[in-house]
Amino acid sequence: MSEPKGITRATLLKDLRLEWRSKDAINSMLFFSLLVVVVFSFSFDPSAEESRQIAGGLIWVAILFAAVVALNQTWARELRNQVLDAYRVSPAPANSLFLAKAIGNFIFVSVLEVLMIPLFVMFYRLRALGPAWQLLVVGALGTWALVVNGTFFAAMSIRTRSREIMLPLLLFPIAIPAVLAMVQATTAILSGEAGARFWIVLLVTYDLVFTTSCLLLFETVLNAE
Amino acid sequence: MKRTFPILGILTAILLSYALYQALVVAPTEQTMGDVQRIFYYHVPSAWTAFTLFFINFAASIYYLAKRSPAADIVALTTGEIGVVFLLVNLITGPIWARPVWGIWWTWDWRLTSTLVTWLIYVSYLFLRRFASGGQTPTLAAATAIFGGLCIPFVYFSIWFFRTQHPQPVMGGGGSIDPRMMHALLMNWLAFMCFAFLVCWSRYRLEKLRREVDAAHALESLKDVARSAR
Amino acid sequence: MTETAPVISVTNLIKQFGRFAALRGVSADFAGGKLYAILGDNGAGKTTLLRTLAGLNQPSSGQISILGAGKFHDVCQQVGYMAHPSLLYDEMSGMENLAYFSQLYGIADGSRCAEIIRAVGLDPELSRPVGQYSQGMRQRMSLARALLHDPKILLLDEPFSNVDVHSAGDMVRLLGRTRDQGKAIFVVTHQAALLEGTADEFVWMEAGKIIGRTRSFKPPEPVA
Repeated sequence: MSEPKGITRATLLKDLRLEWRSKDAINSMLFFSLLVVVVFSFSFDPSAEESRQIAGGLIWVAILFAAVVALNQTWARELRNQVLDAYRVSPAPANSLFLAKAIGNFIFVSVLEVLMIPLFVMFYRLRALGPAWQLLVVGALGTWALVVNGTFFAAMSIRTRSREIMLPLLLFPIAIPAVLAMVQATTAILSGEAGARFWIVLLVTYDLVFTTSCLLLFETVLNAE
Repeated sequence: MKRTFPILGILTAILLSYALYQALVVAPTEQTMGDVQRIFYYHVPSAWTAFTLFFINFAASIYYLAKRSPAADIVALTTGEIGVVFLLVNLITGPIWARPVWGIWWTWDWRLTSTLVTWLIYVSYLFLRRFASGGQTPTLAAATAIFGGLCIPFVYFSIWFFRTQHPQPVMGGGGSIDPRMMHALLMNWLAFMCFAFLVCWSRYRLEKLRREVDAAHALESLKDVARSAR
Repeated sequence: MTETAPVISVTNLIKQFGRFAALRGVSADFAGGKLYAILGDNGAGKTTLLRTLAGLNQPSSGQISILGAGKFHDVCQQVGYMAHPSLLYDEMSGMENLAYFSQLYGIADGSRCAEIIRAVGLDPELSRPVGQYSQGMRQRMSLARALLHDPKILLLDEPFSNVDVHSAGDMVRLLGRTRDQGKAIFVVTHQAALLEGTADEFVWMEAGKIIGRTRSFKPPEPVA
């Protein structure tokens, strides 16, 4: 009998292997992320003191846009030859597929962040006046918040007309509390002023609630017809 | 049903008129803001009505996924649409109120901002309903509505905390409220709820009829033996 | 030979997509160890029937019983499905594809993939990605995927579409051998002539109903 964790791992490894092989998607995404950072730097003058104060917000908005482009590709390979039908017909549980895709997206977006954040730090001459390690926590929680809902809505949007626009249309409003939390936490840590604790707790709660919802509803959405 | 609707319609009209009278005439003039404040009797009940409708939307969506009831899907559709309209009333009356009182159109006040985000969430729900194809629309819409409904507490909570850190002018007025004002407020809410109920009922019937027509067509194609093939 | 229970039994199956009724009351029993060819014009409901049997569509009304179960998911380990799209990842080789799908089906036997690839007449060592296969090779690899978990029932939708004659002939012979092993095979196809001599029964569909079942490749007499 098929084992859920094994299937998640197998699916994740397959996706990572395929990404690594073609490298098309990751290369174009990395370049896109670089472009986003540069455009932001031209729009919000890095030498101005005000820009450095809002850098926390800028980083996350840039990541949000890059993430959406990445999330739209989540199911592209499965759609091409209706592989999703093969998955649905198999005994493999739908949630294994979802988790594999969500974790894959998490890794993918994290790679983008590893490029974008140092660039932002460099362009905007940012320094963390508060506890910098908390930035990792905020980054991980915030990325998961975007990715878990993004993967779910990507699965919904492939069943609609105008599927590329449908994903951000559904994701952005729902993501607003999480984005607010990420931005406020980042700004708080960078400026060392207020504590980020409330925002981190909010992100943890948000992640728990929505990960649970995704896991409860994904199978229904996958099999909706 | 054919008789109840006009009767309820008339009752609602009476109630709305009475509530209008309460709001514009009976309720005392507010001390600081003057008569402009009377828009409060529309601004607040429209939001309360919208949230009642959104709560019903949430419940109906869960019920749909549990029982696959087509009626629940229509209820979700109806309350979603009409809730968006009532919330829009709230969003429009907000700036209309803010402008004469504070001189600015938008204040990023906690309530108004949270309402805006809620409105965005439910508008995206309506977009999903329009863009989903065919038989899967009720399921996808129900899932979206559940996510949206779960998000509302996060929206309000996060923006509330944000505003305590970065205070802005607060609309809606704090402090105790004169009992006559409360009466006018509640009357208007009741009138709005009745009106909302009527509109929802109409919309429900419209959608139900539309689906019955579709089903009748489908039934026709079921029975229709392909005589042309002979 | 004793009369055994039908492996698939459908009763008054109706499937509607909005205003269009794809299946308008299909009732039939299908026995194991037989190869059924499902034929009919476009829009007759063949693909809809197959997809409904495969659990990919929920019927609007009616009953389906597969291997005694009412829900497809209870018996999905025993059913193989193949469609006109390959249901394979273009970027991976055949062996890699099957290795992945064997994980989905919980197949522990490592040699099973190579064995089934050879059975469809392809080379397990071939490292070329499936996207670069010819249509004939791709359909054969897709059939290998459907056969991978040794299902009791095979549902095949247009397996010979755009396939060269040689590959098609090989596939038909393989299907015949598979049927001889006791499996029930359902083939939806426009190229029914390929199955003449191998199929046990031809199921003729028109406008969402089964209008006849014949042993030979000759359409049933129109009902007066």
